[in-house]
Amino acid sequence: MIVRIMGEGQLEVAPDDLASLNTLDEELEAAIESGDEATFRTALHGLLDNVRKVGKALPEDSLEPSELILPPADAAMDEVRKMLGDEGLIPD
Amino acid sequence: MSVMKRMSMIFKSKANKALDRMEDPRETLDYSYQRQLEMLQKVRRGVADVATSRKRLELQINQLEQQQNKLTDQGKKALQVGREDLAREALTRRAGLDSQLGDLRAQYQQLQGEEEKLTLASQRLQAKVDSFRTRKETIKATYTAAEAQTKINEAFTGISEEMGDVGLAIQRAEEKTENMKARAGAIDELLASGALEDFSGPKDDIQAELDRMGAGPGVDLELERLKAELGQGPAPKELGQGTPSSGAQQDVDASQQQAPHQQADWQQKPGGGQ
Repeated sequence: MIVRIMGEGQLEVAPDDLASLNTLDEELEAAIESGDEATFRTALHGLLDNVRKVGKALPEDSLEPSELILPPADAAMDEVRKMLGDEGLIPD
Repeated sequence: MSVMKRMSMIFKSKANKALDRMEDPRETLDYSYQRQLEMLQKVRRGVADVATSRKRLELQINQLEQQQNKLTDQGKKALQVGREDLAREALTRRAGLDSQLGDLRAQYQQLQGEEEKLTLASQRLQAKVDSFRTRKETIKATYTAAEAQTKINEAFTGISEEMGDVGLAIQRAEEKTENMKARAGAIDELLASGALEDFSGPKDDIQAELDRMGAGPGVDLELERLKAELGQGPAPKELGQGTPSSGAQQDVDASQQQAPHQQADWQQKPGGGQ
């Protein structure tokens, strides 16, 4: 499964490693709901670190779309909220 | 729903909307390629912008560092002429610059990081754009409607995800540099207005006081030395110049040898003779 970390690139993650990522993803979601920036940051970095650890970088010239996409490491919680929101922070 | 999945769906839906707008799939390829080239230019401009801001900060940091050194020197000189109050003033002002410098250095690092990120993003995009161009030509050459549509959609979705990612990276870098430009502009204004210059500039009060003080002790010491040479006054400093015979004698000699050095120092100081 291909995962993109925004601002960093795409990585291939083996199916066996997905379960741990999903747990961290849930924590991230809960952190965003809680509205606490520090919790959010810890959760985001936990998830990103794990993806970097288990993932294998895709070649730069790959044109495959990612199944999962993660916000950049330095994104603020509000920014991520906007990315996920309807107004869409991601440019067309 | 999962954050990771939601994010990827948002990207995909953007790509799909763009695809839906195209009538001829081959048109999609050319149009997308044009946009990719534009985006590449945009990233490169972004890298250049960040570099410019970084260099401007570097200049400001250098200027402030020079002023900081000057204040340190002034502090030392003030102590040498026994003006602890002036030395304290110089160090207090230097502390004011310290925090400003710390702030600038942090911004500098942030910009450096941003520059690196954008440079890497531009390399990644370049690799993908090259790959897209090859794919585009292949698809066009072997065009059979149904098959091509799938291939085009794949390539398009893949590249538009990268474009969205890079586009956001540029936006964020722009915001950061805009903020910093505003702050750098404020510091430039301060430097130009002399508000920072006053801390240590050519006309600053600490230097004026030191220049005034510099004349005093220098002249006094010189006078005493002359008097001693002429045998007009007590000059205990000059009395020990016989043949050194013991360790204690050598110590005295050593301290005497330092005294003329100090005087020479004072004579060399700019403004010391005012």
